[in-house]
Amino acid sequence: MSEGLKIIVPIKQVPETTEVEFDEETGTLKREGVAAIINPFDEFAIEEGLRLKEKHGGEVNVLTMGPPWAADALRDAIAMGADKGWLVTDRAFAGADTWATSLTLAKSIEKMDGYDLIICGLKTTDGDTGQTGPEMAEHLNIPHVCYVNEIIDVKDGKVVLKRNLDDGVETLEAPLPLLITVGKDINQPRLATLRGRIKAKKAEIKEITNSDLQLDPKEIGLEGSFTRVVKIFEPEQHEAGEVVEGTVEELVDAIYQKLQECKVI
Amino acid sequence: MSEAPVQVMDGCIGCGLCVDSCPFDAIEMVDEVAVITEACRACGECVDACPSGVIVMKEAAEAVLTDYKGVMVYAEHRNGRVHPVSYELLGKAQELAAQLMEPVYAVIVGSGVGAGAEELVSRGADKVFVYDDPALKDFRDDPYSDLLTQCCNEEKPSIFLVGATSIGRSMGPRVAAQLKTGLTADCTSLSIDDETGFLWQTRPAYGGNIMATIYTPMSRPQMATVRYKMFPEAKKVDNPKGVIINKTVNMNMVKDRVKVLGFEEAKEQVSITDADIIVSGGLGMGESTGFELMQKLATALGGAVGASRPTVDEGWIDYRHQVGLSGRTVRPQVYLACGISGAVQHQAGMKTSDVIIAVNKDPEAPIFRISNLGVVGDLYEVVPRLIEKIKEQ
Repeated sequence: MSEGLKIIVPIKQVPETTEVEFDEETGTLKREGVAAIINPFDEFAIEEGLRLKEKHGGEVNVLTMGPPWAADALRDAIAMGADKGWLVTDRAFAGADTWATSLTLAKSIEKMDGYDLIICGLKTTDGDTGQTGPEMAEHLNIPHVCYVNEIIDVKDGKVVLKRNLDDGVETLEAPLPLLITVGKDINQPRLATLRGRIKAKKAEIKEITNSDLQLDPKEIGLEGSFTRVVKIFEPEQHEAGEVVEGTVEELVDAIYQKLQECKVI
Repeated sequence: MSEAPVQVMDGCIGCGLCVDSCPFDAIEMVDEVAVITEACRACGECVDACPSGVIVMKEAAEAVLTDYKGVMVYAEHRNGRVHPVSYELLGKAQELAAQLMEPVYAVIVGSGVGAGAEELVSRGADKVFVYDDPALKDFRDDPYSDLLTQCCNEEKPSIFLVGATSIGRSMGPRVAAQLKTGLTADCTSLSIDDETGFLWQTRPAYGGNIMATIYTPMSRPQMATVRYKMFPEAKKVDNPKGVIINKTVNMNMVKDRVKVLGFEEAKEQVSITDADIIVSGGLGMGESTGFELMQKLATALGGAVGASRPTVDEGWIDYRHQVGLSGRTVRPQVYLACGISGAVQHQAGMKTSDVIIAVNKDPEAPIFRISNLGVVGDLYEVVPRLIEKIKEQ
């Protein structure tokens, strides 16, 4: 790895809060006035990219797909230390589900300056799917490893790493190029420095539109999405049972009686 | 047998470049014309290699939706057992299939999975497709997703359900991307739309603050990953009539790029997803030592300890105890929440519990709105006395 690692971190701009307000009449979300931030899981991905660059040399490129103002997220990443920002933006890409998004991102990545490792946050806080990473890997025809919590070594074109599964921790060896997804147990993301912020302000953001990618309109945006939303609605509220107050002994009796009713004691 | 997903149109000049390009030796020259054989894995290399542009991938949209029949579930087999979410999916599949008047399939991949396949038949699967090979002992995304893609291409189910386990959520997207079909993540409810017969897939988004119902109009199978502990398991049937169909595994025909070097099993005594009683602690405990009290109560009741997300974020307890949208979904007989306010994202992981009991100092705590019994009080007074009372009896 004499030339270092070429790392790409795809990120997403998401609403700062998930406490979304709901418009009962139109059945849509009210998004006005909600600040946009880098998806929190993506910060762990950026940090891991920066650490690998510090250790092995190379370059960290950040990539996002979204409206023109999504460039703010790229600048935030550059302020943390990323080298270059790439904005995939075109009206034709709007309304994409994970399949169309991952295809557009994969095709964009092929237009960039090459890569050894793609690091994604394990999911976004708005969509919550965690699918775009693995789908992107399939479109790029490279292997992927989800839920990575430690990169042990990168050597001779191979990565040894650990990842969380429901029942334990697995150690794997994967060849580069590779895509991984990471969660909050992999590192502690750094804060942007003042110097980083100044650099980010001046940084050139490269734009990729569909005139660069030349993708069939049937494969991108809403038209290229295999899933469609029928409706969105507020989760149903469960009915409340009794709420008791009283002396400790009365409270304990109430719980004890309930446990007996449930036949667990 | 399905048709090859790649077609050679008229105009082949017999140059043979496609034969060289094919990583699976799936192209033969017959009378100086390229012929795609059954070994084709639709990787598309030949499409790019063909100088006259007469090799084409059949578009997913061209597939006739009505060719797809059957509700298939992925039976996740790991460490010698079928993950219980698979039986939950099987139960749901039976309900959906009855409405569609289609068969119920299961597909199982691994090494020594015979007993699992039989169990799936005994619980009512009409056909169980088995990929059994010593080389498939450890889960790897590459070969598992390739084999499941192959199975869907051959059997053409209209619906394919995968458990939203760590494995299912890693591998499912690869299968969907290969099949060129939609995938809805982490569904909590599934139903068939009466009018169209399409699968309606409902899932939480925005940290559980909204629910979205999604469908897959143009491609098949309709794929979803489905949360564990959302549906009851399929029960044993009286006269199981299902059949086990052994599929050929050729490890040279599947990708296998990532090697498993080791596995360290989590050291937890009781898994919260399997526990009948869960005692959960929240920030209201004030400090990490509160979990010692939770553990005492859980031990007295023979249950497991759960936790709210903020306590895990604070580092009071391991992530594996976390209940909620970003942790585990649980469905115990009794869920006892102590010092948990009941944020939407926590509720999303426990509100289907049979009985919910909450202890909280704040009479306005949202948890009381979904509790069968709410107790307004100090958990450090109530819980120790409750433990004594349980031990006295």
